Amino acid sequence: METITSIKPLLAVLVSLLVVPMLVSSRSPNVREGWTFVAAIIKLAIVASMVPAVLQGMEIVYTVAEVFPGVAIKFRVDAFGMLFALVASTLWIVTTIYSIGYMRGLNEHSQTRYFCFFAIALSATIGVAFSANLFTLYLFYEMLSFATYPLVAHHQDQEARSSGRKYLLYIVGASIALVLPAMLICYNLTGTLEFSKQGIFTGTEPKATMTVLLLMLVFGFAKAGIMPFHSWLPAAMVAPTPVSALLHAVAVVKVGVFSVVRVLTGVFGIDLLARLNLGTIICYIAAFTIITASLIALSQDGLKRRLAFSTIGQLSYIVLGVALLSPKGMIGGMTHIAMHAFGKITLFFCAGAIFVATGKKNISEMVGIGRRMPVTMVAFFIGSLSVIGLPPTGGFFSKWYLVQGTLQADQWPMLVVLLSSSLLNAAYFFPIVYKAFFCTPEEAMFENKIEEAPIWCVVPLVVTAAGSIALFFYPTLFLKLAELATR
Amino acid sequence: MAELIPTIIAKYNYWIYIILMMIGLYAMIAKNNLVKKIVGMSIFQTAIILFYVSIGVKKGATIPILEGVHGHGAAHQVVHAADYVNPLPHVLMLTAIVVGVSTLGVALALAIRIYNRYNTLEEDEILAQIRKE
Amino acid sequence: MREQYPAIIVVVPLLSALVISAAGWVNKRLCFPIAVAALGVAAFSSIGLLLRVMDEGVIVYQLGGWPPPMGIAYYVDHLNALVLVVVSIVAFLNVIAAKKSIEQEFPEKAAPFYTLYVLQVAGLLGIVVTGDAFNLYVLLEIAALTGYGLLAMGEERAPLSTLNYLYMGTIGACLYLLGVGYLYIVTGSLNMVDIARLLPPLYQSKAVLAAFIICMVGVWLKMAFFPLHAWLPNAYTYATSSASSLIAPLVTKVMVYVMIRLILTVFTPEFVFATLALNNVVVWLAVIAIVMGAILALAERNLKRMLAFIIVAEVGYMVGGAWLGNRAGMTGAILHIVNDALMTLCVFMVVGNIVYKVKGYAFENLQGLFRKMPFTMGAFVVGAMSIIGVPPTCGFFSKWYLILGALQAGHYGFMAALIFSSLVSVVLFFRIFEICYYEPFSDHHGHDHPPEPMDEAPLTMVVPLLIVAVILILVGLYTGDIVNHIIKFAIPEGLV
Repeated sequence: METITSIKPLLAVLVSLLVVPMLVSSRSPNVREGWTFVAAIIKLAIVASMVPAVLQGMEIVYTVAEVFPGVAIKFRVDAFGMLFALVASTLWIVTTIYSIGYMRGLNEHSQTRYFCFFAIALSATIGVAFSANLFTLYLFYEMLSFATYPLVAHHQDQEARSSGRKYLLYIVGASIALVLPAMLICYNLTGTLEFSKQGIFTGTEPKATMTVLLLMLVFGFAKAGIMPFHSWLPAAMVAPTPVSALLHAVAVVKVGVFSVVRVLTGVFGIDLLARLNLGTIICYIAAFTIITASLIALSQDGLKRRLAFSTIGQLSYIVLGVALLSPKGMIGGMTHIAMHAFGKITLFFCAGAIFVATGKKNISEMVGIGRRMPVTMVAFFIGSLSVIGLPPTGGFFSKWYLVQGTLQADQWPMLVVLLSSSLLNAAYFFPIVYKAFFCTPEEAMFENKIEEAPIWCVVPLVVTAAGSIALFFYPTLFLKLAELATR
Repeated sequence: MAELIPTIIAKYNYWIYIILMMIGLYAMIAKNNLVKKIVGMSIFQTAIILFYVSIGVKKGATIPILEGVHGHGAAHQVVHAADYVNPLPHVLMLTAIVVGVSTLGVALALAIRIYNRYNTLEEDEILAQIRKE
Repeated sequence: MREQYPAIIVVVPLLSALVISAAGWVNKRLCFPIAVAALGVAAFSSIGLLLRVMDEGVIVYQLGGWPPPMGIAYYVDHLNALVLVVVSIVAFLNVIAAKKSIEQEFPEKAAPFYTLYVLQVAGLLGIVVTGDAFNLYVLLEIAALTGYGLLAMGEERAPLSTLNYLYMGTIGACLYLLGVGYLYIVTGSLNMVDIARLLPPLYQSKAVLAAFIICMVGVWLKMAFFPLHAWLPNAYTYATSSASSLIAPLVTKVMVYVMIRLILTVFTPEFVFATLALNNVVVWLAVIAIVMGAILALAERNLKRMLAFIIVAEVGYMVGGAWLGNRAGMTGAILHIVNDALMTLCVFMVVGNIVYKVKGYAFENLQGLFRKMPFTMGAFVVGAMSIIGVPPTCGFFSKWYLILGALQAGHYGFMAALIFSSLVSVVLFFRIFEICYYEPFSDHHGHDHPPEPMDEAPLTMVVPLLIVAVILILVGLYTGDIVNHIIKFAIPEGLV
């Protein structure tokens, strides 16, 4: 593996940190938003500039400081990290546009604080994407946890306070109680924490130790929403919708699964997991989460809560895909990070647009809303297609690979799980769309005139919906990156 | 048992300082009056000072002053250390006594402050007043 | 001049104290600049000394040219030099921040305050730099007495709390003196290195065992190791903020340094860990200290007392780490001396700022502080992250070494206690963040709600605080350098 040393990964991380003083000192909201755009575009540019090298199979490395013998704060840009970083930085630009519409549409308070912590959170996300070892990943993971707390608790009321507590309890509690000891035990056993294809273990350690460490690390990264450490996600829906959209559909939760996948592929290594037959345990844990989350989603009336449980299920698709330990499954899981991100963010944008335009949060109150907000609901339909995994949306590809992965790994129960959860996804999405467009005039709760959310809200959701469709026709970039990552 | 008693009696300086220390400690803990506690602390410190001084003693030794010599002449005289009591512990304890006196002073100053505030030097009354606040 | 650094470090503050006292008679406003200058010189010399030690190795400085064991020798190796730098820089930054606070709370006592402050620092620096066991006792008492004076300057309950501290502190110092006495009886020497040379044939003797235990108990009393901690919460809470932000970060850590010095240099690890085999017991005591410190902190409704109990837990970290008996644990303990001094300074300076503006430190006083004092609270967040143990702040890195040491020694209880304490710290600090962030509750949905105006503490209080917060992160990032270039050499080769 050829490596290039370049400061670009560090710059990609720092761009949004350095823009914070600019945001704080901005004279007017437009200047402030302008700075956010500048930072987001520069970040995407830096990330994109590293794509050609990564596609050729090279890795970009940069060491910041060696803090322990054998462990440094170090960046390594490889295919998998690039996949995630691209998704996150692209969607940040879109979300910033949406945030402007949403926050100004609702005349929200403390917008500067919001944009600052958003920038810090994105910085941490890219940091996780480009981490070269478990320690650096942990560092940025914790940074993300604390940077997103003020965003979750933005409304500063009692509900935000208790949701914030739940958020911290699960995410920080799990990472300190489970990941930190596990990381130290790994370091004590092996002296290194660098991600590598064959893992960091020599293979001579007892199976019980390996199993315990694996479970500690998988459950410890609670941002992945694996049950039973999932309750923070519905609770975090008290946040403003752009926060839920980018962070809890894309950044925070994907950081969680990204970390779990890194643990499976870089710390333990596929071969060791296959030899010790540990993949199956993770498959079943993921399968349980998928089915249970989909079932709970059926019963939720709050639109954002339904989307939250849908996210919990979809995240475990990614974990399942990698835990299958087969190349097709892994490609499926990794591309699902991208496909699901575009689909889910569309759905959340729509939920937020509905709230801004009509003030409604519950599905039962959204009968006939297609008459009033047709563009939004069409986008919602496209987003739900992507999440269910139907053509012509990108989600189809990742589902296709996942199904093939179960066949490749001879895990028939998992195939059943995937197919039945797709049915459940359809069961909780399609009624929303159906009721929005096809209802009797008596049932309709809205008048027949079109009154969409502000333009700043509508454009992003159209863009991401179009993106979901575009990913069906042009999935090659993400597929190639995933395929490189599994080689 | 019989062999033990001469050993115990021989180390009487240890017993004395331990007993004094315990008296001081008892006073600090059990007495209610602040000044008595401070006196107990002083006894505690004095016990240790006495202990140090006692370890310099040698059998049949005299005080560590050279006779009949002045200044540089002392450097040429042969000195049998065993004839003289060890002066070093005394010197160290001068410092310790000074420290003890300063501590006593600070403690009494604090006691005066407390008295001015609470109008009593009995600890239980002071604590009762604090609890009422 | 370079040769004299060890002496300058102690003598300059000592003499400046006299000068400040005299200057205070003439003009009160002279006291502050002299204090800052003296501590600045001390800080500069200690940094110079550290660089010299990193180049040359151990430095032995004979006071007055008298050779040991008759004369008093200052013995500076990597361990001291590092702690010297920490002590002097903490004192220096704190005195700058203390100026406004003193002007607000007791301007008429400025001269005595600065005098005692500088004397206290001189005492602490002396404890760290000396190589003579009895000299250490003298400086211990200098530091203690000036400490009592500083702590008693506070509010109503301060004199009583200080008096209780005085009793315990005096017993501790006397026990240390007694231990030194026993050592003198068996070896005839008071110089630490000399005693270490003379002790090995005597390891089996009861006198040496008694000396060690008595010294340890004395030092534990002075560092507030549970259950000998009872004096600390009251003494630190009721003191004035400028005094507590000097004493809280430094005194207990310097005592931990004394303990480590006794273990590593005077009694040597062979005696302490191999012959005595008390490791397990002491580490379990440390576990109890950590757990009790955390639990008692949870019960407090008052910011300063909560932080005082956190100090009790932190002392548990250091004692446990040192007594694990392996290199990683000892590295963790020494690194934690540095890190804990810095992070305690950060949080106590924050309390100082809060008290200056809000005139109180109970939880009710902390409402809405994120809006009112963003810079102070920003630094508080960094300090809290460090205490919780979040990278890249320095607190994480010493925790790493401590847990690593626990794993290597097979002491899972200590590791569990450290993790437990991190989790409890999250709760402790987020309780405060919640009050500062959410309360007072009001309708926050924009709608012409004017934001609360920023009412930050004065610059001389905020700038040193921000410097400390930045140092917390820098020390964290530079941990590798600190451990490899300094701490590695402070621990004797034999310790694995």
